[in-house]
Amino acid sequence: MEKTVELNRLGLALADYKGKPSTLCPGCGHNAIANQIQAAIWELGLAPEKVMKLSGIGCSSKSPNYFLNRSFGFNGLHGRMPTLATGASFGDSSIKILGISGDGDTASIGMGHFKHVIRRNVPMVYIIENNGCYGLTKGQFSATSDQGLVLKHQGVNLLPPLDLCMEALISGASFVARTFSGDVKQMKELIKAAISQTGIAVIDVISPCVTFNNRDDALQSYSWGREHEAPIQGITFFSSREDMQLENFEEGTYREIELPDGSYIVLKKIEKDYDPTDLNAALDLLTESYKYHYFATGLIYFSEVPPAIQEQYDLPAEPFNRLTPDRLRPSQESLEAINVSLF
Amino acid sequence: MLDTTQDSVQGNEQIVNEVCMTICTVNGSGSATANNILYRALFRMGILTSGKNIFPSNIKGLPTWFVIRASARGYTGRVEYDDVVVAINPATIQKDVSYLRNGGVLFYADHLEKPEITDKEVIIYPMPIKTLMKQVDVPRNLQSYMENMLYVGIVGQVLRIPEEILKATIEHQFRSKPAVAESNFNIVKLGFQYALENIEKKDRYYLQQLPELSDYILTDGNNAGALGSLYGGLQFCAWYPITPATSLVESAIDQVGKLRKDPKTGKNTCVILQVEDELAAAGAALGAGWAGLRSMTATSGPGISLMTENIGLAYFTETPMVIWDVQRVGPSTGLPTRTAQGDLSMLYTLGHGDTKHVILIPGTVTECFEFGWRSLDIAEKYQTPIFVLSDLDLGMNAWVTKRFEYPNQPIERGKIIWEEQLEQIKDWGRYKDLDGDGIPYRTVVGNMSKKAAYFARGTGHDEYGNYSEDPKNWSDMLNRIGAKLEGVVKDLPGPIIRRAKADADIGIIGMGSTHDAMIEAQDILAEMGIQADYMRVRSLPANTEVREFIASHARNYVVELNRDGQLRQILSLEISEYSEKLISISEIGGLPLPAAWTAENIFAKEKHNGKNC
Repeated sequence: MEKTVELNRLGLALADYKGKPSTLCPGCGHNAIANQIQAAIWELGLAPEKVMKLSGIGCSSKSPNYFLNRSFGFNGLHGRMPTLATGASFGDSSIKILGISGDGDTASIGMGHFKHVIRRNVPMVYIIENNGCYGLTKGQFSATSDQGLVLKHQGVNLLPPLDLCMEALISGASFVARTFSGDVKQMKELIKAAISQTGIAVIDVISPCVTFNNRDDALQSYSWGREHEAPIQGITFFSSREDMQLENFEEGTYREIELPDGSYIVLKKIEKDYDPTDLNAALDLLTESYKYHYFATGLIYFSEVPPAIQEQYDLPAEPFNRLTPDRLRPSQESLEAINVSLF
Repeated sequence: MLDTTQDSVQGNEQIVNEVCMTICTVNGSGSATANNILYRALFRMGILTSGKNIFPSNIKGLPTWFVIRASARGYTGRVEYDDVVVAINPATIQKDVSYLRNGGVLFYADHLEKPEITDKEVIIYPMPIKTLMKQVDVPRNLQSYMENMLYVGIVGQVLRIPEEILKATIEHQFRSKPAVAESNFNIVKLGFQYALENIEKKDRYYLQQLPELSDYILTDGNNAGALGSLYGGLQFCAWYPITPATSLVESAIDQVGKLRKDPKTGKNTCVILQVEDELAAAGAALGAGWAGLRSMTATSGPGISLMTENIGLAYFTETPMVIWDVQRVGPSTGLPTRTAQGDLSMLYTLGHGDTKHVILIPGTVTECFEFGWRSLDIAEKYQTPIFVLSDLDLGMNAWVTKRFEYPNQPIERGKIIWEEQLEQIKDWGRYKDLDGDGIPYRTVVGNMSKKAAYFARGTGHDEYGNYSEDPKNWSDMLNRIGAKLEGVVKDLPGPIIRRAKADADIGIIGMGSTHDAMIEAQDILAEMGIQADYMRVRSLPANTEVREFIASHARNYVVELNRDGQLRQILSLEISEYSEKLISISEIGGLPLPAAWTAENIFAKEKHNGKNC
């Protein structure tokens, strides 16, 4: 019997969302992210042409090549992806931006740009594929490596790690999440929610480097992640209110959040009641999880989305890069007036 | 005719419309407005004039000088002496008078200690600034500002600027605030009246009204560059503040709202965005250019250093963007408020690996406007970063310049293709040379064709943008980019050549803001008996006209404001068969080029050359 291919609402198969074959190490956490990105976008029914992929330098930044062949992409400079996104976001603001970065790219060389792209609220999904080391240069410490981490050629890491969710929070991001390459279900729901945002959405994905930083006791390893992961809520994404199936949720155990494009996420309570709209609770969570060695994942913070950068400029509604030249050059009379005023 | 190389004013006749006047004040005291009024008044009298602000890298309290040169013959380059000094700054008055020529004139605020002058005859006019100020009721915070208006009146009257010209100039200066114009003019009139009644004119400098300079305007190169860009259809400018480029972007900010409303929707069609540093400015400009917007940034040398990596990426990914470099003095932080031409070599091959860039070098304010729009066209046509190389003298000083001319050709978007055009191309690849001119067809985000997307990258890639480490792919790609940029030369502004009145054995070559001084130097040389043709290079890579000019002269003196003679070095490499014909004359004090100094240097070298023959 012929196998039927499942199609999304645009009539596209998952294969239409594929990229080039991955050249990352087998088992690399980043491959799981690539898979979930294409699955999430396919399930959302977003055309690949409606997405652009931007990245910096490093293993993480190679990965946009491995999903969404039919999307424009730009593999830019180390740490500078947020600047590329800032400019590119004005080209056609109907195109969703996926910015892919790593811990070296974001937490070290590009930290300034990371914080400023959040401050500007460039509408994009900013994914950090965080493996706590430099992979492509073969295993050096990064700024998210845990203090005391031992790497083969580096010895002991003497410095404490930076927490990129914390940095995103204090920079004013309205959507901050942390997830794990070993928890693909949660990751996919968070990616969908992030894409449905109209401002910047930051997802820090702990994504093990199987070659250089996967010892059982390492903060970004599969085994540590699996043993210590403590989701702060269960997450289910619904593309609209009509699609929401609340019969699976027990009264009083969940909260629903409407996203700016009319989609919803339903957050199911696990143990403690966590309020993702409380900034102080989010900061406490991150502080405590590091202090007490547990791995909090889920939607850490969500707030009303401030205006995206484009909204500050009162631009034409149509794509900016399709404005015809006659709309871009002022009149000859206006130049004459300038000449007169400069006499 | 006045001999500009002479250090003494002889004779008794009137000297009309030939004066170099330096106004010596303290920065932050509001003297810029007063100085601009004097300067514009001269322009309105029909006198060709230059005004150069020699200012410190400081906000308040350090010495600053404003040099106004009026010239009956239209020479507006810097001269190294003063005919008139207006001394307001007690800290510098003794030094300031040392620049006066014998027979020169000193106006000084009489509450300052009178300077000792023993080595020359100077006509001295004390100005009772503080006494006169007692006659008027001026708010305390405007006191020093209004004091400046007094010297406008006194100096204006003594040099015979008509009162109504001063009035009209002040009204122009404060055209949106009539009340302010009136209170300023009242102070000017007070000074004017004082001079009329109390000062007996003993000097020989006179300003005389000429026919209106109706083809001219008075503005600075940064304003012109901003306007040129806005008329060039600029859509996105990311920037970071740096002297002396800041006022270029600020001029654009001032005017973008008025000039760039979409005729169809009334919405804005140009975005100007201040970002966190120059790395971000270049990165954002690159992102916008890649996404199909007409894009630029403006900076100065230190900013270029930070933008280098992104500009290399733009070069290799073939992304259009325009970068204005308004030069200041380097290396390092250098002299942020002084002028130089020291970034040329850096720009030409900016970035690691094999690169070579297109540089447009405006030499007049009018050209800053023209190159503003042209650079955006060339960037898009050739899909590459384009530099516009200006400098502080051209960018921040106001110049009397030809009126701006409306672009004489439509906006050029180059080979951007949308869905329909893409369908007509059989085997499109982003980096595939389909026309044999080295310029591929370009798609941009938002193109909904299934075939439109490609993956831009700074790493090795094939014609379709796929990652490739293949040696042939790499060399083909880089060679095609090289060939593409050989084709650009035909679209670049060629040199301006001003022939000597008689057959010339030698050439003098310059670029950028030294233009006026070079013309004057050419004329001084002629008076000294040396015929020289003058060529101003306006772009790199150089075209055949430049080559022919060099070939046709026994010796070419390349005059520039940097230490190592960078233009000479580049021309020597590119036109190597004539490199022995190129001789460097360079000057690096941070001030605009003086014509007399230039002529004397060339004269000395020529004399030396003659002896050897």
